[in-house]
Amino acid sequence: MKLRSFVLAMAAIALMGQSGAAQLKLNGAGATFPYVIYSKWFDVYHTKTGIEFNYQSIGSGGGIKQVIEGTVDFGASDAPMTDDQLKQVLDKQGSEVLHIPTVMGAVVVTYSIPNVGKGLKLSPEVLSGIFLGEITSWGDSKITSINQGMNLPDLPIVVAHRSDGSGTTNIFTDYLTKASKPWADKVGKGPSVNWPVGLGGKGNEGVAGLVKQSEGSIGYVELAYAVQNKLPYASLQNKAGNFVEPTFDAVAAAAAGSAKNLPDDLRVSITNADGKDSYPISGFTWLLIYKNMKDNDKAEAVKKFLTWAMADGQSYAKDLYYAPLPKEVLKMCEKKIASIASK
Amino acid sequence: MATPAIETAQQIQGDGNFPAPSVSSSPRKNRWRIHNVGDFVFENLTRLFGFVVFSLVFLMAFEMYRGSHLSIEKFGWSFLTTSTWDPVQDQFGALPFIFGTLGSSLLALLIALPLSLGVAVFLSELCPRWLEQPLSFVVELLAAIPSIVYGLWGVFVLVPWLRITVEPFLRKSLGYIPLFSGPAYGFGMLASGLILAIMVLPIITSISRDVLKSIPSLQREAAFALGATRWETTRIVLRSARSGILGATLLGLGRAVGETMAVTMVIGNRPEIAASLFSPAYSMASVLANEFAEATTEIYTHALIEIALVLFVITVILNALARLIVWSLTRKFKTA
Repeated sequence: MKLRSFVLAMAAIALMGQSGAAQLKLNGAGATFPYVIYSKWFDVYHTKTGIEFNYQSIGSGGGIKQVIEGTVDFGASDAPMTDDQLKQVLDKQGSEVLHIPTVMGAVVVTYSIPNVGKGLKLSPEVLSGIFLGEITSWGDSKITSINQGMNLPDLPIVVAHRSDGSGTTNIFTDYLTKASKPWADKVGKGPSVNWPVGLGGKGNEGVAGLVKQSEGSIGYVELAYAVQNKLPYASLQNKAGNFVEPTFDAVAAAAAGSAKNLPDDLRVSITNADGKDSYPISGFTWLLIYKNMKDNDKAEAVKKFLTWAMADGQSYAKDLYYAPLPKEVLKMCEKKIASIASK
Repeated sequence: MATPAIETAQQIQGDGNFPAPSVSSSPRKNRWRIHNVGDFVFENLTRLFGFVVFSLVFLMAFEMYRGSHLSIEKFGWSFLTTSTWDPVQDQFGALPFIFGTLGSSLLALLIALPLSLGVAVFLSELCPRWLEQPLSFVVELLAAIPSIVYGLWGVFVLVPWLRITVEPFLRKSLGYIPLFSGPAYGFGMLASGLILAIMVLPIITSISRDVLKSIPSLQREAAFALGATRWETTRIVLRSARSGILGATLLGLGRAVGETMAVTMVIGNRPEIAASLFSPAYSMASVLANEFAEATTEIYTHALIEIALVLFVITVILNALARLIVWSLTRKFKTA
């Protein structure tokens, strides 16, 4: 008797939860980098409108694959899809994919040198020389010549990089490919590359761990991660020749500096951007939205969400250590959002 | 001469077919008649289960082969002998990973085997009764600790200790041997070998201890009666338990070869082959764990699946070798 009433009570509670109109639920998957802000957005938006977004941070590569296979309603990626991948989506799902940038991030170069604090300056030649294994000691004249006044010890450089495929590596190697010809010839860019030297750590935590543990080490992590864990980061010399620290303004300047060259489909890398205040290793992260969604309700919901994300959503970015999009890019996004097919 | 009693007895000794005792007519005719539905169902159901397990292995191997065919076609056997791992240029070679896996596993065995045997001998021969249970419990607890916890302990405790204390000391005293040369990062082959040794120790210890305990005490008593010392007796007992200990070792090796998370965190993840224990390396399981999710191109995914296939084949070979050695040892020395 007790079990029966228990089961009935559970059923009643379950049914209560179902009362009201069927709530819309959208599924997405993709990059881990913007996971924090997407979680916040989806949570706030759900409280506001009741529409539920479910996001799995399986990685940019996974997100793109699922968009091609059509198992998700939207995807997310730190690297734009290639023409070949777009064609696959067109063939398999019958729709184009719109790349909507949501926030910006930066990759910072962190280091751990005894008795050296903040303020290390690195030029593209030095950075690529270190990661190519050509510059092997912190006392090398190439480094000390741009860091007058810093007491750099003659310690061997321990390089740390990502062992797992990641969007962070993609942006970092993309920058090095643009800024250094030897790097472009020897290594190239991608989420995983054949690193000439260095130890591999898994995830941002792995690289940060390697850097903290080893004396005289250098590695690259996301800005958000470096700020939250209070890691020292270097100022990088941008295309205009100035040494810039990775701040939100510097990242926004990079986007603004690339604004006139932004292609219509917004699939662009903004590393090594023009502009005197631009931080050279900045990048967008995109939501991958089907232009022609099969479900009209979902298309409407996505449009409304994106409009909100471009407006109110941007205010959450800085607290979570992401850089909000500059005005020029927001305008281009609005046009793209309007082009999502819905009745 | 084949009376029903003898026939039944022969059948019980295990010719595979064990019908319910029916002593009415000759076994040959009755073999195909269902004597007992329950037994029929039981027999064939378990036969099915056995078949499923068997075919699962083949299915896995087949799927891995199918999933890696692009890479097999492109690289052929050179996949096993090349050292480049370049996802940008789509050039893949598995040699550094094979070296990393086998190297760290063999190093682990080298470190763990004497320790495990020592603990096993202590537990079975020399340990006072009151200490045996708690000590066994603690040893088996080592096996229960999750791999990732070992990895974290490795990163925060083992690696700094190696980098600051052990490796510089080894380099200073034995630096002329190539095995102990080169910069000391802490992360590397030595760290992964040590962690694997700790993970493999409980397996070898508990099985060896059981094997040693199962040696009839007559052996020991006979040895003592002939005037053997404690150590000589133990040597004799160890000799009898040879095959079991070898089996335990190979089981431990099997675990070491497949271990992923703990190794990934301390091995340095660098696909290169070097003579020094201090240099970073990369194991097959680690590269799969690290790179599979973000493998962009098809050839990249296929190359990774081919590494999985190679790992699978190596595991099968090791297990087959284990069986072979145990069989050859028990053949001429029929104990329990």
